[in-house]
Formats: sequence, C-alpha cells, structure tokens
Amino acid sequence: MGRIEKKFHELKQKNEKALVVYLTAGDPDLPTTEALIKALAAAGVDILEIGVPFSDPTADGPIIQAASRRALQNGATLAKILDLVESVRKASEIPIVLFGYYNPVFIYGNEAFARRAKAAGVDGILVVDLPPEEAAELRIYTDRAGIDFISLLAPTTPDQRTRRIAEKAGGFLYYISVTGVTGTAKPIVENIRRDLTKIRKISILPVVVGFGISTPAQAAEIAPHADGVVVGSAVVSLIEENTSRDDMIPRVTSFVGAVKSALKKRSVFKRRAQTTK
Amino acid sequence: MPALLELETAYRRAQKDKAFKRELKDYLRLYAGRETPLYYAARLTEKLGGARIYLKREDLNHTGSHKINNTLGQAMLAQRMGKKRVIAETGAGQHGVATATVAALFGMECRIYMGEEDIRRQAPNVFRMKILGAEVVPVSSGTATLKDAMNEAMRQWVSQVRDTFYIIGTTAGPHPYPMMVRNFQSVIGAEAKRQIRKAAGRLPDLLIACVGGGSNAMGLFYPFRGDPGVAMIGVEAAGKGIGTGLHSASISAGSVGVLHGNKTYLLQDAHGQVQDAYSIAAGLDYPGVGPEHSHFAKTGRATYVNIRDDEAVEAFMTLSRLEGIIPAMESAHAVAYAMQAAPRLDRDRIIIVNLSGRGDKDAETISKTMEGL
Repeated sequence: MGRIEKKFHELKQKNEKALVVYLTAGDPDLPTTEALIKALAAAGVDILEIGVPFSDPTADGPIIQAASRRALQNGATLAKILDLVESVRKASEIPIVLFGYYNPVFIYGNEAFARRAKAAGVDGILVVDLPPEEAAELRIYTDRAGIDFISLLAPTTPDQRTRRIAEKAGGFLYYISVTGVTGTAKPIVENIRRDLTKIRKISILPVVVGFGISTPAQAAEIAPHADGVVVGSAVVSLIEENTSRDDMIPRVTSFVGAVKSALKKRSVFKRRAQTTK
Repeated sequence: MPALLELETAYRRAQKDKAFKRELKDYLRLYAGRETPLYYAARLTEKLGGARIYLKREDLNHTGSHKINNTLGQAMLAQRMGKKRVIAETGAGQHGVATATVAALFGMECRIYMGEEDIRRQAPNVFRMKILGAEVVPVSSGTATLKDAMNEAMRQWVSQVRDTFYIIGTTAGPHPYPMMVRNFQSVIGAEAKRQIRKAAGRLPDLLIACVGGGSNAMGLFYPFRGDPGVAMIGVEAAGKGIGTGLHSASISAGSVGVLHGNKTYLLQDAHGQVQDAYSIAAGLDYPGVGPEHSHFAKTGRATYVNIRDDEAVEAFMTLSRLEGIIPAMESAHAVAYAMQAAPRLDRDRIIIVNLSGRGDKDAETISKTMEGL
C-alpha cells in the first residue's frame, strides 16, 4: 500500500476527512519551503501538494501566479524541488504530491523524472496541463515507478469522461469545485454535493475538493460530501503576507490547524448523528 | 478539455456542412473582400535583378490583415454553438481587431486580452477595437506581451467556458485550434495557387512568409505541401540578433517543449521555463510556434530562416518607396528575406511572398526608428 492509499485508509478508520495543503515550492525560497513543510506535517496536514513553479501557469489565479514568479526568481527548479522532497522524506512519512505543469517534467526527461521522484519519496503527481488522452508518454514511467497519477475532474466533465478518467486514475480524484483557475471563486456546496454523488457512483477512489476553498468554515461545509479538501491559494497568500515576519511559520500552521479542527468537528458531529440514528 | 472536445465536434460537423461552407465563402467574398490580388512587384523585382516576386496581398483584406479569414470562420462556429461571448488574445492587435470586427458583425460580446507593453506600442489598434465595441483587457503578468495575453485568455475561457468561445488567432494552442486555424487560413494558398497558374502558367519555385505563431505562413504553405517543386521558407524574427538572446526565433534557436497545449519548438531555459520572446514586430514575439511548422521543419518540407529588426525596417522602407505598399512590420520580415533570396535566383524563377498585413499600425514605431538613424 502506498502512502496516499494508506493515509486515506487510516482517515477512514478514524472517520476523518483529509486536509490537503498546497504550497508553491521555492516561495519565498527553498529552505523556507522545507521548514514550512515540516511544520505543516506536524500541524496535522494529511497530504502535501508541492507546487512546481512554471513560467506560464495557465490554470492558476493571481495568487499562485505571483508565488510561481517569486519562486522562479529565487532559483527554484524541478531538480532542486526533488532534492527538497528527499530531505523532507528523511524526517516525515507525509504523502507528497507534486503539482505542476508538463514542460519542466518533459525537459527533465520523463523516465529520469519518474526514477528520481520515486527515489526522493514522491507519492503522486498532478500535471494540470496534461490531459488523460496525452498522458501515456509520462505514465509509462510513473506507473511503473509506482507514482500515483492524480487526475482532475471539473463540473464541466461529462459522465462518460469521468468514467474514463476514473478508470485510469491513481491515488485520489481531485474535483475542481469551480470552473476556472485556482483561488478565485467561491464554490457552491449544493453543486459539489450533486457532482460528488455522481462521481462516487462511478469510482471507489477517494475524492478531494479543491480550487477556491479558503476558510475553515468553507472546508467544514464541503467536507461531509468529500473525502478531503484542498487549501491552496489561502495558504500561499498567508505565506506571502507574512513573509518578512519571524512568526510566519506559526501563523501558517495556526491557520492550517484551524482548518483541520473544523474538519474534525464536522466528522465528530457526523459520527454522532449516525450513532443516534 | 471537454470544451475542446465540444469545439472539435462542432468544427467537424461544420466542415461537412455545405451551408456553413457557402456562408463562409460569402462572408469572405462580400465582407472581407476576397479574393485578394496576387500582385507582380515589377519595380522590386527589377531592383533586385533576380527571381520574379509576386505579393499575395492579404493586407487588402477588410481590417488590414489575413486574420479576418480565421475570425470569420471561428465566429460562425461560435454562433452555431450558441455562445454569447467571444474572447481573444492579441499581440500586434491585428487579430484583436479582426475578432472585435466579427463580434460586431454577429452581435456578440467581445473581450480582447492584450499585454500592457503591446497596448503601448500598438495604440491605433487598441482604439479600433474599442470603436468596434470590444473591451480591451490589459495583461500585466510576465513580459506583458502576446504569450501572457494568451495565458490570461485561457484562464478566462476556463472560468466562463459555458457561454464563451475563445477565438485563437494563430496555428498554436491546443487541438483542434492549430488544425482549424490552418484550414481557415488555407484560402490564402488555395487562391495563390490558382492565381499564379493563371498569371505565370505554372507553380512558383518559392513561397516566403513570416512566422510568429505561423498562421499566415501555414495558410499559404498548406495547399502547396504536396507539390515537391515548391520550396517553402518561414521567416522568424531574429530581433536584435540571435546571439543577443533578444529574438523570437523558436525554430531556429529553440528546443522541443510543451506550451499552451501543444508540443513544439520553444524558447526555454534548461529547466523548461519558457523565456521571453522579442521582436520589433509585436505580432511575431511569441516564444513558441505552431506545431505543424515544427513538423515541417523536422521533416524538411519547409525551411526556417530569420531576419533581424534592422533588416525588416529596411525592407519596410524599400517596399513602401518602390511599390507604394506599406507592409506590416511582421510581413516586412518576409519581404526582407525575399530581398536576400531573389538576387541569388535566375530571372525565370518565381517567388510568392505573403504580405500578411498592412503597416499603418507600425508608422509610429518606424518614425521613432528613423529619428534614431
């Protein structure tokens, strides 16, 4: 069992929902990212999504665009990010997903990337601009290495396509709660509930919801319908706002801790509701 | 991705539909003013003393460039798909104007994404778009030029995909755009083929066109691809010189990568980050190139060369003074290469240069350059 599968299994036993946190590697710099990751793992984050910055982040809103630009200006590269994962892995078993765009991986070399990522301790990859139809040239290596290929589902994805994607997906399904880019619009819970009910009929993989979740309250509201929630832009902007402060890391972990406890409260509430039935 | 599949289905259906084809043909003829002349540039030919140079006058289209061939086709598709709004990216503003024009014609809302830097250097086209009722949205990310405008248009498209049609202006972007834009632009080559047969009794020896994303070049080249006697030359922008790093010659000086949903030659660093392109011609400074050009380059069906800013400016002036035709700075790159190639060829050889747009928009850039001389 891989780290991602194991994590969802454990959470299910505890009747808890996964908190997935995204941050852009190298923003403000790689040593800070490493310190942040370790602190986040300790603060109860279940799965980490490490953003690999790209010059043309067409799926990202202004917050992550700016973070990517800062990270690139400060010299972040895919090779250095893989070194960072290796270093984190020595201290933590937290599942790690690399989140990014195809070109840096393609230039690194698909085969070399899969080998190095596995050795470093990467558990999954999510390549936002590589649709399933085009993914074979990378997946022949990552599948063989045992790295989960995580797929996105959007509110506009037709059922038949959802089925095709889910059949081949690994790790978990990532449901985009708004049509659009990261961190820009507020998700509508009723639509999420409806779509997730549909997805669950198609796939047994865990489903996490992301793009646009920015508060503990929102996370708690969405969590009952999903297996986990992703918080990204909210964390990235907290890092940016506090970047020059000594207590930046505690501020970030305290926010993340608040989201996690909102998720737990909800789970407890749900369990009680079930037992009284 | 579902939006792209929906678009492909709609396009395939339209391709088979005689009514669609007839309607597009009518718009091209009665609205855009096709066919455009294939003009024998006698004085230019005489001065160069070599091959005979014909100009395919795409600058004479309504809106002043070849871009209208494509925007008419895509706007008709948007109508059929029931989309209320069209969006587009633009560099020089030619595609933006052509999109704003068809949006007005078909009564659709229109939003054009344009880099702030390009808004500054292509002011006349910005006014034209506004007059036509389009909203021009300044893009300040990255280098604030064409690639960034395209990034932003893609973001906006996914945000409003249900009622919005994205009219891409070049043979780049995700499938089916490169194929679709190529097909809409192929009217250029199809006409030129007919016209040169009538004028000279045979096919040309050489086709020359400028290449940014590559839509005017692909439009001219594609109908000739099965004619082995016809050589094709795409002219990229060498900017201040390939050696300076300030250029947009993706094929001549780039490497294979993936950007905007297609695998092609790109200007990028060793880590796969896309680099900034530069050219005096705003319509050429894109760090990628249409994937089909990359294919032609790899198979050798077409050859890709490059022309510097100063060479393009000289060609701009020469064509203006000798033929009374002010070319777009983009097209001036093709003219500049023709000026180098023609003297090396015998007088019975025939060159067709695609004069993809007119140069009114570049008057200010040129006047500044001339002051500096």
